[in-house]
Amino acid sequence: MNNCILEMKGIRKYFYGVKALEGVDFKIKTGEVHALIGENGAGKSTLVKILAGVYQPNAGTIIFNHKSVQFLSPQISQQAGISAIHQEATMFPELSVTENIFIGHHIRNKSNGLLSWKEMKDKTQALLNRLELDIHPDTKVKNLSVAQRHMVEVAKALSLNAKIVIMDEPTSALTIKEVEYLYKIIRKLKSENKAVIFISHKFEEIFEIADYFTVLRDGKYIGEGKMAEVTMDEIIQMVIGRNLEHRYPQIEAEQGNTILKVKNLTRIGFFKDISFELHQGEILGFFGLVGAGRTEVMQTIFGIEALTSGEVFINGKKVNIANPAEAMNYGLAYIPEDRQLQGTILKMNIKENVTLSIINKISRHFFLDKEKELKITEQYGKQIEIKASSWQQLVEDLSGGNQQKVVLAKWIATKPRILIMDEPTKGIDVATKATVHNIISELAKQGIAIILVSSELPEILGMSNNIIVMHEGAITTKFTRDKANSENIIKAAIGSILS
Amino acid sequence: MLVLPQKREFNFFIFIILIIFIISLRTPSFLDLNNFMDILNDTAILTMVAIGQLMIIVTGGIDLSVDASLALTGMSVALLNQHYPEIPLFIIILISITIGLLLGSINGLLVSQAKIPPVITTLGTMSIYRGLVFVICKGTWVSAHEMTEAFREFPRRSFLGISNLIFIALLIIVLFLIFLSLTKTGREIYGVGGNKTAAQYVGINLNKINYLAYTLCGGITGLAGFLWVARYAAAQSETAIGFNFQTIAACVVGGVSITGGSGTVIGVVLGAFFIGIVYDSLTMINVSPFWQMAIQGFIILFAIIINTIMDKRNQQLLLRKRSFNE
Ligand SMILES: Nc1ncnc2c1ncn2[C@@H]1O[C@H](COP(=O)(O)OP(=O)(O)OP(=O)(O)O)[C@@H](O)[C@H]1O
Ligand SMILES: [Mg+2]
Repeated sequence: MNNCILEMKGIRKYFYGVKALEGVDFKIKTGEVHALIGENGAGKSTLVKILAGVYQPNAGTIIFNHKSVQFLSPQISQQAGISAIHQEATMFPELSVTENIFIGHHIRNKSNGLLSWKEMKDKTQALLNRLELDIHPDTKVKNLSVAQRHMVEVAKALSLNAKIVIMDEPTSALTIKEVEYLYKIIRKLKSENKAVIFISHKFEEIFEIADYFTVLRDGKYIGEGKMAEVTMDEIIQMVIGRNLEHRYPQIEAEQGNTILKVKNLTRIGFFKDISFELHQGEILGFFGLVGAGRTEVMQTIFGIEALTSGEVFINGKKVNIANPAEAMNYGLAYIPEDRQLQGTILKMNIKENVTLSIINKISRHFFLDKEKELKITEQYGKQIEIKASSWQQLVEDLSGGNQQKVVLAKWIATKPRILIMDEPTKGIDVATKATVHNIISELAKQGIAIILVSSELPEILGMSNNIIVMHEGAITTKFTRDKANSENIIKAAIGSILS
Repeated sequence: MLVLPQKREFNFFIFIILIIFIISLRTPSFLDLNNFMDILNDTAILTMVAIGQLMIIVTGGIDLSVDASLALTGMSVALLNQHYPEIPLFIIILISITIGLLLGSINGLLVSQAKIPPVITTLGTMSIYRGLVFVICKGTWVSAHEMTEAFREFPRRSFLGISNLIFIALLIIVLFLIFLSLTKTGREIYGVGGNKTAAQYVGINLNKINYLAYTLCGGITGLAGFLWVARYAAAQSETAIGFNFQTIAACVVGGVSITGGSGTVIGVVLGAFFIGIVYDSLTMINVSPFWQMAIQGFIILFAIIINTIMDKRNQQLLLRKRSFNE
């Protein structure tokens, strides 16, 4: 008996003439964790969206449970037993966790047909317990952290009791502990004989959790195989079509004067007594678990949130930064972690997004200089390898990783003296990640002071000159590069203070 | 957001030509130059105020008080003219713009500083401004013979066959076309409407942009108030009631996204013109006045649907044609 639960054959998808998929084959068995691998814009999300009924293919067949099917809408796909956690947030921030989990498949009271909230709440609680999540079912989703939202999405997928669970970059917002949770859940799903489609740009994760893989490149099927039978290099070769020499640049930039000094910075309820110094040409890594308060510290320095107490000095002078505009005047730039919410304006095109941060530089007196706008976009867009059909393409229509690149381009274009990057390589493919790392070192070499907030240990270890680890709103340890290793960093991050 | 009319606007333009053609089959006099000028005159004020409305909708807001601000300004300058006929006309015009700016800035302050949602704010000020019209006119109205001739005749007075009214509307169109698509502040307005968090992160002052949009819209509306009472040679307490919805309709028909972030001046100009044609033609082909309102609504909805469908198709065509200009 053939236990192939899903087979997609010759799938083609065009978006108004842009070829996203050109005849892709994909099959998955029950009890299998199947990694879907490819560069940004390779077509991974498009393929799973077709499976989830979000898009209709222009050609190709889908055989599900040995029957030829068409998923004309997300509802049909869900009812058939496919549940998807999409790359883009699909939650309703104003609704509670329970409401979000049961939206679209509410439980009704058999006798009177009314919604039975009690039962749904109990089930939600049970799901949350199963995932060991400390969240109340009545909490509004907008009050959850990014990681918690993802876990709620996982809970939602579980509540559907699906045969196939799709996870499109589920780990990009999670750190070690949550990822471990997620692995546990995935293994559990596997033991229940479900099929899991797992998309990630982190190869360590893929090797850890997946059994089988399929590689896409530029919308084409490249190959498939068992994870146990390939090496990382072979996969990378398939993904980018060439060998990749990715060594962390590890430059010893000459560190100059102290450019930023933060003293006893406190924001009640978020972080306390944060002190550190940043020098010209230094890459200062900030590591910690999600919720450690790193993002909040950076947002406070950048003037987005108000501080309770503490002092910030730039070039030795005490400053009071009340809003981002002032921060930018001091030469600061902050690349936020959530590209959809904080980073891009989806309805604007690439050009307009990239230049919005330097709007003063591209305007003469009051008027925009369209030529300069295009030139600057081209310069940074190419440097950072944004893949799009034109600079006029709406950011909304870019693949997830390319949206992230637009955000990077936009902030690097401001030519800051102090650059704060919050998870800059989140959702970015291997090849581009190497490019981004090279760009970061290049900027450091030019004397720009860089704060690198990242939850990726290899990135922190590979890039930083100095490393600060935070735990629950406080700095636990500071390391110089030669003293740091993954072990002592993780220990510090989970709260055991080292001497 | 481009200066040049986009494909979408072009298609809408063709659609309008088509409508005109169909109407003129039934009513050949519709194509008369005179009638045509009438339509332009009739839609001039709507076009101006709809452009103000566009600016606000793009930021993600809405102004329901434009009809009341228009009436209040109109009544104020009409009374001024009645009681102090010696005041020169250009002073009157400046005063109308000033009053409009003031009324608009009140909306702007409430929305940007007091953080009251735009619908609530402008629903409130709509009542207040309308109430003030009653207060200052004490229930009476200013009629044609109480206005000076210069005042009354201003909108009609023409140069090279183009009335002052049309001329002013053209001026507003060109000014705001440039403002919204070619200037830094214009770009910031779209940014704020598209994603206010992202806009804030790049250092755009949200409060300033919101305040500015309401205030500028107020200025246009004030000018429109003077033009309105002068053109109809009457200032009443009910002047322009319901006009706020026409301005919103002109925006929506013209392809402005009601959730903010997108919309063009050209689109709104066409939208207003389309609404003008619909109103005018229904009277001309003798549709019963009882039916007119319902039919107007129906046609506007129809136009919106067509427009939405066309927009989807255009994006397809555009994407197909676009390629890197390396
Ligand atoms: N709605 C859309 N309209 C136009 N083009 C689109 C749309 N969605 C995706 N595309 C294009 O299709 C291609 C594949 O995109 P897709 O989102 O599937 O990539 P991906 O493999 O998921 O990439 P990432 O790793 O960055 O998430 C890209 O070139 C993208 O620009
Ligand atoms: Mg994707």
